[in-house]
Amino acid sequence: MYSQGLIGADGGSEETQEFLDAFQARIDAEEKIEPTDPMPEGYRRTLVRQIGQHAHSEVVGMLPEGNWISRAPSLKRKLALLAKVQDEGGHGLYLYSAAETLGVTREQMTEELLDGTAKYSSIFNYPTLSWADMGAVGWLVDGAAIMNQIPLCRCSYGPYARAMIRVCAEESFHQRQGYEIMLTLCKGTPAQKEMAQDALNRLWWPCLMMFGPHDGDSAHSEKSMKWKIKRFSNDELRGKFIAATVRQAEFLGLTIPDPDLKWDDSLNGGKGGYHHGEIDWSEFWRVVKGDGVMNVERVEMRKAAWDDGAWVREAALAHAAKRSAKMAAE
Amino acid sequence: MSNETPLWEVFIRPRNGLAHKHVGSLHAADEALALSAARDVYTRREEGTSIWAVRSDAIVASDPARAGQNFDPAEDKIYRHPTFYDIPEDVGHM
Repeated sequence: MYSQGLIGADGGSEETQEFLDAFQARIDAEEKIEPTDPMPEGYRRTLVRQIGQHAHSEVVGMLPEGNWISRAPSLKRKLALLAKVQDEGGHGLYLYSAAETLGVTREQMTEELLDGTAKYSSIFNYPTLSWADMGAVGWLVDGAAIMNQIPLCRCSYGPYARAMIRVCAEESFHQRQGYEIMLTLCKGTPAQKEMAQDALNRLWWPCLMMFGPHDGDSAHSEKSMKWKIKRFSNDELRGKFIAATVRQAEFLGLTIPDPDLKWDDSLNGGKGGYHHGEIDWSEFWRVVKGDGVMNVERVEMRKAAWDDGAWVREAALAHAAKRSAKMAAE
Repeated sequence: MSNETPLWEVFIRPRNGLAHKHVGSLHAADEALALSAARDVYTRREEGTSIWAVRSDAIVASDPARAGQNFDPAEDKIYRHPTFYDIPEDVGHM
């Protein structure tokens, strides 16, 4: 999904060819780039954009699930959901910290999210309408996120790769708890199973869109691959996600809402893969550009949280200043 | 006063007997808030038994542009390593 962060990224650089070649040689040798290392301006800008978008996605991603904490059907589910949402806040923090090493401040990034300059994953602009959505979000949305994030653990930028290692270690519980919710619903009453199927129907296509446009339409992918920010193309990752998920859906006894989904032995150089139906890219672009069901509400909630917390931040800083002045006087 | 909350680096001791290791950073207004946030963010799964938090601007770092000058001289000092010295096997483990 974080390849969505590359949409519109300007990877242009004005460095000399010699500088760019030396940088590329380090990348090709699988050396990690650290914050104080020389790097092309385009590399830095691309990372700021992608990591910032990734961080925003974690933080905005707390909202659709936070919505269900008070209505979780049991204490066990409530504890799991609370822990998951808390993890996402932490993931946002790891990622903001990684972006900050590139010379952008937390305040700047927050302002860009609130004024709409910075984006977050399109998936969070869909509503979570029933309890089954908590299952489907964990299973599919976190599943798709993990598919994207595992290769990011090998990203050429050190702080991003290290943040992703922590995120991936924590994220696998998210997917498992989601799948377990789906399992419970699918073993329940016909109405519960129907609820699970409905959640899958609504979230399937938006999840496929998380991987971003088709490779041919993904203008900035090539440079990111060359710089090893990205290791696999959008379509490759989408294909892996589908292949992993189809079996899991079969086990649940649910139907993936794509009549054109078909296995083909000849894909992926003989390893096989699925053909899938046409993704509605007009919907994708509509949501990315701000016209999804939840776009306005999500940003309004983040803005309210930021504005309502302003006095706390100010009070904490004032208290710290007062204490250090007092200590200096003693 | 700047309205940006200061940055801290967080170090965690994973187990008794091990050294504190850098795990990441966070923003906090003062020492108490830094420790409390570090506990919430970095030790949710029993990752540690002790936390250090240090203001990032208090860290002194070597200049990456002088990395060669600083660290390359150690490269050819192989006599600082035990394997440089030949000891007959008959002597036994040393």
